[in-house]
Amino acid sequence: MKEQLSALETEALEKIAQVEDTKALQEIRVAYLGKKGSLTAILRGMGKLSKEERPVVGEMANHVRESITAALDEKGEKLEWIALEKQLETEAIDVSLPGRPVKVGGPHLLTSIIEEIEDLFIGMGYEVREGPEVETDYFNFEALNLPKNHPARDMQDTFYITNELLMRTHTSPVQARTMRANDGSKPVKMICPGKVYRRDSDDATHSHQFTQIEGLYVDKNVRMSDLKGTLDAFAKKMFGKDREIRLRPSFFPFTEPSVEMDISCKVCQGKGCSVCKQTGWIEILGGGMVHPKVLSMAGYDPEVYTGFAFGMGPDRIAMLKYGVNDIRQFYTNDARFLKQYHQV
Amino acid sequence: MLVSLNWLRNYVDLGTNPPEELAEKITKSGIEVDGIEYIAEKSTGVVVGHVDVCEKHPNADKLNLCQVDTGEEKLQIICGAPNIAEGQKVAVAKPGAVLPGDFKIKKVKLRGIESNGMICSLQELGIDEKYVPKDTAEGIFVFPDDVTIGDNVADLLNLNDAVLEFDLTPNRADALSMLGVAYETAAILDEAIEFPDETVRTENEAAADYIAVNVEAPDLNPYYGAFVIKDIKIKPSPLWMRNYLMAAGIRPINNVVDITNYVLIEYGQPLHAFDYECFASDKIVVRRAKNGEKMITLDDQERTLSEKNLVITNGKEPVALAGVMGGANTEVHEGTTTVLLEAAIFDAVSVRKTVKETGLRSESSTRFEKGVDPNRVHKAGLRACHLLQQYADGKVLAGTVSFDELDRSEKTVEMETAEINKRLGTSIASEEIAQILRKLRFEFEQDKTNFIVHVPTRRGDITIFEDMLEEVARIYGYDHLPYTLPVGSSQSGGLTEQQQLKRDIEAYLQGAGLMETITYSLTKDDLVRKLVSPELSDQTLVPVQLSMPMSEDHKYLRLSILPELLQSLTYNQKRNQYDLAYYELGSIFISDEDTLTKQPTEQRRLAGALTGNWLEHPWQQEKKAVDFYLVKGIVEGLFAHVQIPVTFEQAKLPDMHPGRGATIKIADKVVGFMGQIHPQLQKIMDLKETYVFDINMEQVFAAYSNVPSYHEVPKYPSIARDIAFILAKDVVAGDVKATIEQSGAPLVKDVKIFDLYQGDNLPEGKKSVAYSLLYQHPEKTLTDEEIEASYQEIIETINKAFNAYVRS
Ligand SMILES: [Zn+2]
Repeated sequence: MKEQLSALETEALEKIAQVEDTKALQEIRVAYLGKKGSLTAILRGMGKLSKEERPVVGEMANHVRESITAALDEKGEKLEWIALEKQLETEAIDVSLPGRPVKVGGPHLLTSIIEEIEDLFIGMGYEVREGPEVETDYFNFEALNLPKNHPARDMQDTFYITNELLMRTHTSPVQARTMRANDGSKPVKMICPGKVYRRDSDDATHSHQFTQIEGLYVDKNVRMSDLKGTLDAFAKKMFGKDREIRLRPSFFPFTEPSVEMDISCKVCQGKGCSVCKQTGWIEILGGGMVHPKVLSMAGYDPEVYTGFAFGMGPDRIAMLKYGVNDIRQFYTNDARFLKQYHQV
Repeated sequence: MLVSLNWLRNYVDLGTNPPEELAEKITKSGIEVDGIEYIAEKSTGVVVGHVDVCEKHPNADKLNLCQVDTGEEKLQIICGAPNIAEGQKVAVAKPGAVLPGDFKIKKVKLRGIESNGMICSLQELGIDEKYVPKDTAEGIFVFPDDVTIGDNVADLLNLNDAVLEFDLTPNRADALSMLGVAYETAAILDEAIEFPDETVRTENEAAADYIAVNVEAPDLNPYYGAFVIKDIKIKPSPLWMRNYLMAAGIRPINNVVDITNYVLIEYGQPLHAFDYECFASDKIVVRRAKNGEKMITLDDQERTLSEKNLVITNGKEPVALAGVMGGANTEVHEGTTTVLLEAAIFDAVSVRKTVKETGLRSESSTRFEKGVDPNRVHKAGLRACHLLQQYADGKVLAGTVSFDELDRSEKTVEMETAEINKRLGTSIASEEIAQILRKLRFEFEQDKTNFIVHVPTRRGDITIFEDMLEEVARIYGYDHLPYTLPVGSSQSGGLTEQQQLKRDIEAYLQGAGLMETITYSLTKDDLVRKLVSPELSDQTLVPVQLSMPMSEDHKYLRLSILPELLQSLTYNQKRNQYDLAYYELGSIFISDEDTLTKQPTEQRRLAGALTGNWLEHPWQQEKKAVDFYLVKGIVEGLFAHVQIPVTFEQAKLPDMHPGRGATIKIADKVVGFMGQIHPQLQKIMDLKETYVFDINMEQVFAAYSNVPSYHEVPKYPSIARDIAFILAKDVVAGDVKATIEQSGAPLVKDVKIFDLYQGDNLPEGKKSVAYSLLYQHPEKTLTDEEIEASYQEIIETINKAFNAYVRS
């Protein structure tokens, strides 16, 4: 009987190994392990065995059953896997076809630049202030040490509405307004972005509307070296550490001493090209120490308080940083232009 | 200001600094050098030659055959210039010479005869046509007799000079003169200054016998000095003077005119020369013009004057527009023998007004407008007399006839070393400060660390301590200032709640697929009243108008962002871009005044405009045109994002499609509108079907609370029940929804519309709207009976209210 069992095991395992589909495998299961199967038939003959032999053969029979069952299960899993793989093969797709598009918008390039500058200064403890675009002559000019008939008023052609009201020509009036709101006693540390207007004909480099960002810091003991350090920190972050920066004296009616800041030309690496008018430098912002008259008009005692102010043009910065060659692009809103800068 | 470096070398030793380095030094010290121009492109091999013989070319009428002596050799040269003549000294480019434009001179044969070189005009030597004297413009340049044959022409004609172009800020009027530039460069280079010769040998005869000066408007003319110079011989001015004038951008004319121009540039003091005979009077009267008075200026234009203009008269009629331009009738001419020379100071504001009125801006008026040095006016007169004596054979009569109420006093500024260092963040020693003042040639008194500076009158821009601070800092060098960061009171900085909300809203809109735009705030007549939000159009609105617009397109301050935004859609559609979803956040300007007496109210608004297909390339998706509900979804999403409840109400609005417009309300207050623009407007603006929204951001800011209210996460399950009603077509689905919410409260937590059907299988004039109801109780699980009771009540209520029944 032992031989019989052993032969049966060998035969069953061989058949299982050869089988190729689940149906045939099921038939093998029935043929060997079913009620009418070969193993069952052998086991039925156990009654004829002696008492001593019975447990030994029984154990062996169990072993054979387990062995066949395990082989059946293993093969079953394997066949199932093969069947699944076959099916998945038929489900293959062309991954080179495009994905379903999602509608994505984005910010205007000038807004990106303005927010970048805002965030840089917020990091240095500045607040963001806003002011009206229609200004009084007083805040736009007089409070900034530009009395009527001052020759520097010719520097900016102004859109007047009445003799006293105008489209602001710079964001500087926000300085005067913010200082005044602080009662001449509290420190001021703010930047103010916004739209400004000049009486210009629109062309590639002029726009009757553009943007500006102005910064102001007023406190006790503010030094000119603080302005230099602040602008240097800003420029390095905005334009990159490899750009050189230089300050040179300039003139603005509302600052004294006044500065202009240049950065080394990226196009020619400072050697001189048409972008930098052969100078190797590109003018990027103006500023200076707040003029004592501006401080005192705003209620601050210039003997006690000093401060610095600076201003720059996001349009110009965007043009330099991204090579935009026509300022009108910012305001005509050509979709092909706007989209270019959504990754910026 | 154009600064010839060769001219400047007469006063200051510029050393071996190349022009580029000098320009950099000047720029870094405070006067921006905008560019460097070379008088002429480099030329070589051009020398002075003497025309020994000049005959007609045997084979050509218009050509001359010349024998020219260049010192080293005699050359046969063929020349076509009409003004060539025997005995002239001319510029000869010898064979092998190179002229500007890399033009190489070779031996050639012209009409069978050899020509060994070229006789040059100034243009051929590289001088800009506009500076070439009129009498030599048509031909070759003829040197004065005193030049030496064989000398280098480039040196004689100053062709190797470099000219720095100064971009002067309005405060630095002092640098509008070569002397001022000399002071500046001497300070920067720490060099001495050589001053011009002002010595004059005067005649016994007195100028006062010829002229009297009478100023009737001393407020506008505090100083008027007159010189009389007799026996003048009009001729060309010396070559060096002509060279310098051309370098300064001034065309040479004759010796007298050139000398006044030369001194104008050298001293920064405008002078004027009258022909004394034409002046026809023995007195100068300076007065305000009479209204309607006429004169003909040097440019042969007749000018009608008013009492705002200051004029120089001969006691009868105007002979010059003071400080701006002389008159044609007293102009110096070839026959002039006696010159009446004016050295005067005119009021800056008055000159500026006259310039603005007449449009006559000149080298003279520019200097008066910016202010001239009161201590230099008389010296400039003397300098001109000196030059007239030397180069016009003039005899200067004794004395200056003058009117003089001029304030020549200097300002003093006190300063102290510690304060300077405190302001600059430096540690400059007192001795170094003293050294800086010496470089600037400012007189001062020093007591250890205290300074009293006597600011020279040439520097009218320096009046207070801070001005001196800048002088010290710029000569010390901005480069040498340390880098520090403020040490004062620390502030946290950051965005306000509104500024943060604005950024959040923009992030939402961009995420929702809209592109930000920036359009012009100034718009045109036929657009300014278009698409004004309904809550504004209830009030009197007067568009704010510019008093002097640059163009009709940008004349009014906008009352809505939408018109200009729609214009940008038109712009794109003209360029074949039809699928657009734009928004802009900006201000509009509200006023009810016909003449503005106060600032208009600036209201921030958020506007959007969408047109075409939602997706440009809807691969594997339905091609979907932008419609009302898409835009409404974006707007609803926006308000959901900022957690402000909002409702929409059907409305007929101006410029909008009458059936596809809605007002947007926060708590029953209209805060904006949305919908499809009217097809008529669409046609006018050359657009395709377009949807817009416009929201008052001030109201959004006001309604916003940045701490979202806390809702406990429900503990008990919710049960959804759907229900579809057959409604008459004109029943508003939103009203039914509101009634369901009311009737189902408090068990119904949420109602959503999820289907609309209008078509077959429905009775005439009916539609089916399906609602999804969400039941939930905060404290228990609702039973089927409770839900069923509520459900039935809702059906009954809707049935009564809308004559609606449930679709089975
Ligand atoms: Zn460059």
